[in-house]
Amino acid sequence: MARAVFSSPNAAAAANILVNFAVLHIATWSRKSQFNSALMCFRTAAASRESLKMEPLAVTLLPGEERVIDKDIMYICPFSGPVKGKVFITNYRLYFKSDPSVTLNVPLGAIGRVEKMGGASSRGENSYGLDITCKDMRNLRFALKQEGHSRRDIFDILFRYAFPLSHGLLLFAYLSQEKYEENGWSVYKPMEEFRRQGLPTDKWRITFINDNYELCDTYPTILVVPFKATEEDLRKVSTFRSRGRIPVLSWIHRENQAVICRCSQPLVGMSGKRNKDDERYLEVIREANGTAKLTIYDARPSVNAVANKATGGGYEGDDTYQNAELVFLDIHNIHVMRESLKKLKDIVYPNVEESHWLSSLESTHWLEHIKLVLSGAIQVADKISGGNSVVVHCSDGWDRTAQLTSLAMLMLDSHYRTLRGFQVLLEKEWISFGHKFASRIGHGDKNHADQDRSPIFVQFIDCVWQMTKQFPTAFEFNERLLMTILDHLFSCRFGTFLYNCESARDTNEVRSKTVSLWSLVNSDSTSYLNPFYTPESSRVLYPVASMRHLELWVTYYIRWNPRIRQQQQSPVEQRYMELLALRDEYLKKLEELQLTDSSPNSSHLSNSSASNAASPTQHINHLHTPF
Amino acid sequence: MLSSLGSAGGKSAKPSFVSYVTPEEIKSEKEPSRKEKHPDLLPGEVVFCSASTVLKYTQDDLSQRGVFGVLLCTNFRVSFVSDEAPTEEMVRTLFKNKLYGENDIPLSCVDNIYGDKRKLITGGLVKNKYPSKMIIHCKDLRVFQFSLSFSKEEDAKKIFQGIVHHCLEPKSLRCLFAFSYCENTSYPGSYSYCREHLRKKQTVMFDSVEDWTQDMKRTKGNCRVVSENSNFELSPKLPQYFIVPKNVSDEDLTKYQGKGLPMWCWSHHSGCALFKTASIPLVQEDNVCCRMLTAVAHNHLYSVKTEDLSDTLPTVQDILLSYNRFKQFFLIDNTTEFWMSDMKWFSSLDNCGWLDIIRQCLQKAVEVVESLEKENTNVLIMEEGGSDLCCVVSSLVQLMLDPYYRTLLGFQSLVQKEWVAGGHAFLDRSNHLHLKDKVESQSPVFLLFLECVWQLQQQHGPAFQFSETYLTVLSDSIHVPVFTTFLFNNDGHRDSLLRAESPHTQRSPLNCPTVWDWSVQFDCKAQDLFTNPLYTEKPKQDTSVRKSYRPRHLRQLSLPSSAFKTPPKKGFFKDEADNLKKILGVKRLSRWMLSPSSDSPQTSSSVREFYEAWQTKPLDYHGLLLPCLDGPSIRVWMQRYLRWIHDVQILGGGPVAMLSKVSEILGEVQELQRQLDRHGCTLTSNHKGARPRAKTAAAVIAARSSVRLSSSFPFVTSRNWSFKPAIPTSLLQSLMVTGMAGNLADREDDGGPESLV
Repeated sequence: MARAVFSSPNAAAAANILVNFAVLHIATWSRKSQFNSALMCFRTAAASRESLKMEPLAVTLLPGEERVIDKDIMYICPFSGPVKGKVFITNYRLYFKSDPSVTLNVPLGAIGRVEKMGGASSRGENSYGLDITCKDMRNLRFALKQEGHSRRDIFDILFRYAFPLSHGLLLFAYLSQEKYEENGWSVYKPMEEFRRQGLPTDKWRITFINDNYELCDTYPTILVVPFKATEEDLRKVSTFRSRGRIPVLSWIHRENQAVICRCSQPLVGMSGKRNKDDERYLEVIREANGTAKLTIYDARPSVNAVANKATGGGYEGDDTYQNAELVFLDIHNIHVMRESLKKLKDIVYPNVEESHWLSSLESTHWLEHIKLVLSGAIQVADKISGGNSVVVHCSDGWDRTAQLTSLAMLMLDSHYRTLRGFQVLLEKEWISFGHKFASRIGHGDKNHADQDRSPIFVQFIDCVWQMTKQFPTAFEFNERLLMTILDHLFSCRFGTFLYNCESARDTNEVRSKTVSLWSLVNSDSTSYLNPFYTPESSRVLYPVASMRHLELWVTYYIRWNPRIRQQQQSPVEQRYMELLALRDEYLKKLEELQLTDSSPNSSHLSNSSASNAASPTQHINHLHTPF
Repeated sequence: MLSSLGSAGGKSAKPSFVSYVTPEEIKSEKEPSRKEKHPDLLPGEVVFCSASTVLKYTQDDLSQRGVFGVLLCTNFRVSFVSDEAPTEEMVRTLFKNKLYGENDIPLSCVDNIYGDKRKLITGGLVKNKYPSKMIIHCKDLRVFQFSLSFSKEEDAKKIFQGIVHHCLEPKSLRCLFAFSYCENTSYPGSYSYCREHLRKKQTVMFDSVEDWTQDMKRTKGNCRVVSENSNFELSPKLPQYFIVPKNVSDEDLTKYQGKGLPMWCWSHHSGCALFKTASIPLVQEDNVCCRMLTAVAHNHLYSVKTEDLSDTLPTVQDILLSYNRFKQFFLIDNTTEFWMSDMKWFSSLDNCGWLDIIRQCLQKAVEVVESLEKENTNVLIMEEGGSDLCCVVSSLVQLMLDPYYRTLLGFQSLVQKEWVAGGHAFLDRSNHLHLKDKVESQSPVFLLFLECVWQLQQQHGPAFQFSETYLTVLSDSIHVPVFTTFLFNNDGHRDSLLRAESPHTQRSPLNCPTVWDWSVQFDCKAQDLFTNPLYTEKPKQDTSVRKSYRPRHLRQLSLPSSAFKTPPKKGFFKDEADNLKKILGVKRLSRWMLSPSSDSPQTSSSVREFYEAWQTKPLDYHGLLLPCLDGPSIRVWMQRYLRWIHDVQILGGGPVAMLSKVSEILGEVQELQRQLDRHGCTLTSNHKGARPRAKTAAAVIAARSSVRLSSSFPFVTSRNWSFKPAIPTSLLQSLMVTGMAGNLADREDDGGPESLV
């Protein structure tokens, strides 16, 4: 049997992922390219007439995608050595094809850095060319001929189109003409989501005080706050919270009414300032469900929290916040996480570190950070299940806070474990509450060394993946969805992850001018479903945050390495799908048999019984299992 | 119910086992249960001593909780019988071992005993004292903690000394429970029946000429079955029957007690074969080694590669040392320590080297596979003794090349062939007898093999008919001193002892069960968990394949280089022989001595190429199987090692959550098949509602899925279900900040002055 990809009913989705895979080997090339075009046609049925077919490019362009340049080039493949071929650059992607062995298909958005390598005088083979660092855990090197200025045009064009915002150009999301059956922008409606949670209640109300982003420019317009807090109170509290990010409700437990509130750090400063309104406000949150003590989770290590006092921030002191307990969760900041992932890349790309792999892995601390984030979220979820309300913050409340609240909500609320629900969770906790995607990812921005960049969201998706690994039946979506999300986190093909906050998205008319990633996903939702999903609505999911159970997400971080067997479908999944198909087939046959049995028409009967008698045994051969 | 001692404090409390309850309080509570309790004894089992009012700590909790009961020591086990009436759920434990329960420790399963302040107790040193607390680490990785301070002094002293004596001090083989068990059980009768059954279509025992002949025929081997040793005349260390190359002379058979004899393991379809041998004695006048190599080479195309495993793989002592360090990570008697060690888990794992040893064995096996499969040369592996790493490597090679050995019966036959008949010194390696002079020879070599099999299995799940649970149970069974499989050093040893111990000296030797008789330990339902729901038998269109059990090699790897074969030059080997002999005489080579491409490139890179070439082909679960040896691919056998550790149990999750769904649907499909079949024959009479009922494993698991499973399934049931998540207790400043480049950790998230606000 051929590899699962091509025989699976989800071939289109499989190909979708394949599109982004770097190295496709000879044997499967032709089939894959067919799939690519099939896929594109399928996706863009409405707009297909607009799509340009580039000769001899094998990939069909997206609607709105335009070719910019093509050139003969040498790709220095780290796995199979230098290969000659042709590179095509469009306003969306870099596409390389060598006949017939290697294909690269890289969205320009995934490019973090483009550098010239070698000079006109440098010697040695393939020493003159381009070195491209990608945000998705790989590097690409191309070698060019030294004569002429062959490198300059391609470098300039790549630089221009990979970093459009630095050159006064539009992100591809604004150029894309893609059309989908589903409109992903309608996935998240804040009022609907709050209503689903049972809000408002007699203790919690919905406020439109931030309608014009006046209270807090990085918060969404619709907020849920304690019923007892007046608009005036909110304004006063906002002066004491970093960037005005006041504590607001993220999630409420239906039975015990315990809530998860999120905010930024209090502006305590060196002098240890107090703010009666803020203290009173937290007291009101505590009172809302009669919690004896409100737990404040400060995501930072305590030293960092203390250090923040020097810059005007700080944490809630025991003496000032009477009925609150403060717990530090020891999660490090964005800079530590950035360096950690960088180290991880060093040991997995291009080759997996051979000697002392485990020690090397440990020295990156990547899984250790994952562990800390997960165990922080477990503590939040545990408190909530116990009926205690919690407030979560870090410094600004848009990185670690988003990780903690969204993971805790994933543990507590099975709705977020569905395909749609997960989209809502991301839209709500990450996108609407102002995780600074633009700064953290650096969409279209050439400044690769920007200190604001950090893989916080990647880390969160990794945590989700760890949970799906530990609970393989609890999530409606599959790994493919997580990979797709991460691919388009960088690609700039969809508007979903663009900009830092809602107000910026409004200004840039993201919803009207770009397509949502969820349009792509929900128009083909079957490819993102986990066949093992078993809904269990009331169950709280506690993953085990021990290094014993955490594992490196090999299929994401090491996916460019051809030695890592990329199984489009796990053998377990494959077997399960086969059995499901077999069951349906048998059921149908049985039904037919019973129909023909009861029908007295003998001519019909003899016909079908003959054929039916033969086929089951045929299948039994395939299914001589131990049971 | 649990008796709580002192504050049922939170997890943050430092563990201290000071008891807060005075014995008087206990007495008043426990006085009524005066009656002598003991477990249901097995045939031949005798209680040596016992003590009541022993507190067994519930190990999954630091809150000083425990259960009172009676602690006993019998000739089979250390057993704790709780004073509490067993709860209903306890009674219907799903995966129950018939020989011993969850509070029983077979004597040979005891690994180490610790006293107060975690002092290691060694046999012989116990005088009149006894510790107030006793911790028992088991070889199946369970940990028991007993407090003796509430028992009567006399009783406590007696039970402690009894346990130490019977678990740690030297004893004779005859004292092992197997002998009294087998004498006192009605088993022999049923056994002989089973044996007959086994003969026909079950595990091949390799204790007869027919078994060997058949296996050689199956692989189309062309060697000579030797039966001269049927009464162990040649050597008690040699198998009763074995196979050697055709060209081995009668004279050579009798020399050196079998040392240097190339023993046939398996024949490749190309005609070349794998042989193993105990290293040839160095001092010799005649050219025995040369003749042996010639004999092997003559088997096929005059080519042979030899590999001395003693030089390239870790020694049995290395294996023991590494494993001893490794197992400590899982013998948890203190949750705080467990979480403390969590941060350094990967490097600790790396440093103990266990995974690396597994990798080396697999790599060596792949090298041998490459020679057989790609180069079609005969391979002779050797080591001192020839029955440790030779067994590991030869069994792994056969698992990779021959899908028959990946079936349950095939696997059991493989263990019989390579390990039991092959003369692996199970008794010495496990040192059940605690003999001082055997301490050196102790080593978990067989477990190492099972570890390697597990790696293959978790990489290529659907290729194996047996499950992970099967391997785990098999690894536990090594320490249950009932099965002949693991009690002896070789065929001769077994034969002489069983004969001597027979109650009817005149007649047949004592009949003891083998481990393959799983019904001794588990009922049928439990045994259903031994099969892997992902496994499908090869479609049987090709009858010729089925007959010979020969793997179909059409789909096997066919590399361009496989066309290259050593040209059958008649004199090839002869010319080399002198040279070879010289080399052999001087020292054993750690690399291939004779390879067609004289100077073979670095083996690891060649193995890598071999793997990559194989990997690009479509995967055939009934064909050649190679393991990926990259860092992330070699992993810890979670089920075996983490099953008893409460804090890392994934409640309601783990791979079993998925597998049970597969089993469920498999059950449905089989049911439908049955209905269809029935319809096929009863087409005229229309019995719509008639549904044949059959118990399948699928149904069993499906029934269980109403109960929440955990990652420790089936070893731990959901009885201790708690909804409290395990929160790492030591989330203190991880050590990583130290040495972190510069002051990244101290910096504000968003640099820049604006963050000052």
